[in-house]
Amino acid sequence: MGALSFLDRNHTIAKPGYSRWMVPPAALCVHLCIGQAYAYSVFNLPMTKLIGITQSAPDDWKLTELGWIFSIAIFFLGVSSAVFGRWVEEGGPRKAMFTAACCWAGGFFISAVGTYTHQLWLIYLGYGVLGGIALGIGYISPVSTLIKWFPDRPGMATGMAIMGFGGGAFIASPLSVWLMSKFHTATHVGVTETFIVLGVVYFFFMIVGSIIVRVPAPGWKPAGYVAPTESKGLITRNDVFVYDALKTPQFWLIWWVLCLNVTAGIGVLGQASAMSQEMFPGHITPIAAAGFVGLMSLFNMGGRFAWASTSDYIGRRNTYFVFMVLGFALYCTVPYTGSSGSVVGFVVCFLVIISMYGGGFSTVPAYLRDMFGTRYVGAIHGLLLTAWSMAGIFGPVLVNYIREYNVTHGVPKAQAYNTTMYIMAGLLVIGFICNFFVKAVDARFHMAANDDRGTEPVGANATAPAAARA
Amino acid sequence: MDAEHQETTTLQLVLAWGFVGIPLVFGVVQTLINSMKLFQ
Repeated sequence: MGALSFLDRNHTIAKPGYSRWMVPPAALCVHLCIGQAYAYSVFNLPMTKLIGITQSAPDDWKLTELGWIFSIAIFFLGVSSAVFGRWVEEGGPRKAMFTAACCWAGGFFISAVGTYTHQLWLIYLGYGVLGGIALGIGYISPVSTLIKWFPDRPGMATGMAIMGFGGGAFIASPLSVWLMSKFHTATHVGVTETFIVLGVVYFFFMIVGSIIVRVPAPGWKPAGYVAPTESKGLITRNDVFVYDALKTPQFWLIWWVLCLNVTAGIGVLGQASAMSQEMFPGHITPIAAAGFVGLMSLFNMGGRFAWASTSDYIGRRNTYFVFMVLGFALYCTVPYTGSSGSVVGFVVCFLVIISMYGGGFSTVPAYLRDMFGTRYVGAIHGLLLTAWSMAGIFGPVLVNYIREYNVTHGVPKAQAYNTTMYIMAGLLVIGFICNFFVKAVDARFHMAANDDRGTEPVGANATAPAAARA
Repeated sequence: MDAEHQETTTLQLVLAWGFVGIPLVFGVVQTLINSMKLFQ
C-alpha cells in the first residue's frame, strides 16, 4: 500500500526539534470530534418528525427506536477498542486516527442516506456500527502516544486528550442545533444536510490531527528528564504483552475499579435533570435543571484534566482511593441534602461526584502505564474500556429500576433516590477494596528484552539517546 | 533547516492550539451561559 505508506508508524517518527506540545492538539482534534457522541440526543426529536415535519406522523420513527442508535455506538466502542487495540498500538497513531476519521465521517454520510431514504437500519449501521468503531479506535489512538511523549507527566497528558472527549459535546450540541435551523424548510427538518456537513467538518478536523501527530524517536526523552532506572512501588520499568496483561489480577482489579467508578457516575449523569426536580419540587424548575446538567458537563470535562494531572503528584492508586472515599461520603450525604432542602449542598455533591467520574476515565491510562509499561498501554487500555460498556448498561438500570420500585411501593418521589445513593456508595466500597489489592505486576509477566512480539519500543523506555525539544 | 531537523515554530504551536482551543472555548462559554439558568 505505497500510496498510504505515509500513515505507517515509521513515517510518523518525530525528527529532532519537533515539540511534544504539538501532540495534545493533535489528540484533541480527534477527541473533540468523537466527543460529539455525548450530544447525539439533539437529533432524537427532529428524527421523530422526518415525515410529519411539524409533528410526528404515524410512519415516523419512535424515540424508543432511535434510542438504540446511541446504545449500538457505545457497544461498538467497547468492542472495537478491545479488538483493534493491538492494531492501533502497532500500526501507530496516524493510521488509527485516519481510520477513525474515515469511519466517523462515513458513519455520518451513511446516516444521512438513512434519514434521506427513511431507512433506520442505515443509521444503526452508519452512526451505530461504523461510528461506534470510530469511537473505539479514535478514543485509544492518541493515548499511548501522549504517554510516550510525556513520561514525566503522563496523567496530565492523557487528561488533556480525554478532556476533549468530554468537551466535544459542548461544540457539537450548539453547532448541530444551529445547522438544523439553517437547513430546516417547510418540507424537511434539515437532519440529512446537518449530518453531511458534520461528516465533512469532522473528517477535516481529524485528518489535521493525524497529519500533526508524531511518535517520539527511539530513546527520546524530555529535556532534563531522568527516567528511573528501576521499578519503584507500583510504577514498573518493564513492559507486559497485551494478552499477558489479561492473565494478571491487576488488570481485572483495575477493570472493576473503573467499572464501579463509572457505574456510580453514569447512573446519575443521565438522570440528573429528573432527579434534581423530584428531590427539590418547586425549588429546581426544568430550566434550572437544564442549567444543572450543563454545569455537571463542565465539571465532567474539567475533572478529566484536573484529577489526571493531580494523579501525577499523588499517584494513581491514591487518586482512586480519593474517588472511592470522597464519593462514598458524598453519596451518603445526598439523601441528607434532600431531606434538609439544601439545594446548594445537593449541587456541590453532584458536581464533585461528576468530576471524579470524568477523572476516572482520564486517570486510568496512566494507571495502566504504571502497571504494564508503555509498550502496549494503548491496547491494554482498549481492552479495559469494556468496563465502560458494562457500566453504561448497569448504571442507568440501577438508578431507573430502583427509583421505579420505590415509587410503585409508595415511597415519595423526593426520597425515591435515597436507596440508589446508598447502593452507589456501596459500589464505591467494593471499588476501594479492589483498588486496595492492586499490587505491582509479577515479574513473570514482564516481556524479555529480546521479545520480538509487536513493534520495537519507542519512547522514554528505550535506551538510545536522541535530542529533541520538550 | 536540514531534513533531519524540523524545529517546531511558535506560530505552528499557536495555530495548532488555536485550531482546537477556539472551538472548545466557544463550546465551554455556550455551556456556561446555559448553566447560569440554575442560579436564576
